[in-house]
Amino acid sequence: MSVTRTSRPARLGQYLALLAYLVFLAFPFLWLVSTAFKPARELGSLHPTWIPEDPTLDNFRQAFDEQPLLRAAGNSLLAALAAALIAVLVATPMAYAIARHRSRLSTAATGWVVVSQAFPFVLVIIPLFLVLKNLHLINSLAGLVMVYVVWALPFALWMLVGYVRAVPAELEEAAAVDGAGRLRVLVSVTAPLLTPGIVATALFAFITAWNEFFFALVLLKTPEKQTLPVVLTHFLGAEGAADLGPLAAAAFLATLPSLVIFAIIQKRITGGMLAGAVKS
Amino acid sequence: MSSVTATKRSGGTKSAAGPRPDHARRDHGAWFLVLPALIPILLLSVGPLLYGLALAFTDAQSGRTQATQWVGALNFQDLWHDTLFWDSFRIGLSWAVGVTAPQFLLALGLALLLNEKLRFRWLTRALAIIPWAMPEVVVGIMWRLVYNPDAGVLNETIRDLGLGDGRDWLTGLATALPAVILVGVWAGMPQTTVTLLAGLQNTPHELHEAAALDGAGAWRRFRTVTWPALRPVALAVTALNFIWNFNAFALVYVLTNGGPGGRTRLPMLFAYEEAFRYGQFGYAAAMGCVMVAVISVLLALHLVGRLKGEDQR
Repeated sequence: MSVTRTSRPARLGQYLALLAYLVFLAFPFLWLVSTAFKPARELGSLHPTWIPEDPTLDNFRQAFDEQPLLRAAGNSLLAALAAALIAVLVATPMAYAIARHRSRLSTAATGWVVVSQAFPFVLVIIPLFLVLKNLHLINSLAGLVMVYVVWALPFALWMLVGYVRAVPAELEEAAAVDGAGRLRVLVSVTAPLLTPGIVATALFAFITAWNEFFFALVLLKTPEKQTLPVVLTHFLGAEGAADLGPLAAAAFLATLPSLVIFAIIQKRITGGMLAGAVKS
Repeated sequence: MSSVTATKRSGGTKSAAGPRPDHARRDHGAWFLVLPALIPILLLSVGPLLYGLALAFTDAQSGRTQATQWVGALNFQDLWHDTLFWDSFRIGLSWAVGVTAPQFLLALGLALLLNEKLRFRWLTRALAIIPWAMPEVVVGIMWRLVYNPDAGVLNETIRDLGLGDGRDWLTGLATALPAVILVGVWAGMPQTTVTLLAGLQNTPHELHEAAALDGAGAWRRFRTVTWPALRPVALAVTALNFIWNFNAFALVYVLTNGGPGGRTRLPMLFAYEEAFRYGQFGYAAAMGCVMVAVISVLLALHLVGRLKGEDQR
């Protein structure tokens, strides 16, 4: 039993505070969902209802009619998958090297991770735009993927270094003593223990790319190539006069994949982040 | 060349890996492991950054036929006299402080709360995923629905409570920035909370119990046990949040696109327009440089202050 017992009024206050936060956290999202299922008549009324009285899927149908949502989702999926896979493939060996060899390299890498967080993207995107333009990679998913990989690397490294450090070096040394070569140790001892962390990192890189907006806005010019977040802003219209129902429906759909994936890996992300932050 | 052979040797044959591998070989192996990530980093991150710094001293523009020329510090001189830029800079600082400070305080309170043995903690954690995982564009769209003057839930609630007709929050000169800041706080709070909570759970519980047995009240326990242990995490989170917020783009682009009358035009929005609407690459790069410089100075001051505080302890 805990020694730090809390008095009853204090406890009540705690629950009230928690409730206030839950409401603050949930209500915009509930409003989005509610709006997505409202028929046009209810949306136009001067006294909007919390729960749609006459729920409908019309908004979803209309959203798909108005904008190329499926193709945009396909583009997003492709870019995010490619970025996540490549980022993890190149980051894992580097993270391993940083975690196991305390050297100038790991200091430099940590420094770069911290510094890279501080750049305003505009300073990087202008030269990247010029370079990609010369390579004819503007308005191409390949160019976007390249940018996403590098953009995902600092955080992927950060997480992975934490995961590698969580694997006791003694295990590897023991295997080495038993006569296993370095590569064998990596493949048969370290890799299996690292897999959950690598998967979590890949999923996180996937979500960041799926959600990303700024680079996609700058690099993708035509609607056929644009990713979901960029296409979503087309619903807003020129003067910001938006068709609320389809807008809400499309926004709701775009969020679902991230929410599901994030729900699965949330704990691992915090763990990885903290391990990286505290132990470096 | 030597690094390749070394890696082959250490990786390929069993006899090469003794119980204690010698360090020279291990370091060669390390470089080999690092290259796949290092090359894209150098080509697509460090390279463009240096290129960007260089562009700030040129008259680079998009879609121009003459060659780009060095103009020295001309862009910076122009920036110095560009009142719109300094307006956006001021707005950026107000926004970054306005979001980061409440975000931290609220998140700290909530993390302490969730560290207690309360019911429904799981629900808070589950809901915290929503703002954290949502695309910023969707967060912006969602809050536009909330703030909508006619069909939005905010004005409807105000009308229901008999507090008047509500207003057009995002287009009001006085309300736009606070309205946008509230969204920023909402969007970033869960991440801050969960990180702080993880930091709290890393602090030894025995210390707390010992302090409680000694008769220390909640506030004293927080000051003498919790805070010192949490401080490194809190410091890192605040510094990163500040930088991220100062460099924010998507949320405000969707909510107000810098309006009304530039009241929410963050530096990134300004630089984006300058670069990709007006094609002033050199000028926009100079803006980026100024942003980096100011962030670095602020962070350095912050860190020095923190370190001094540490010394006095």
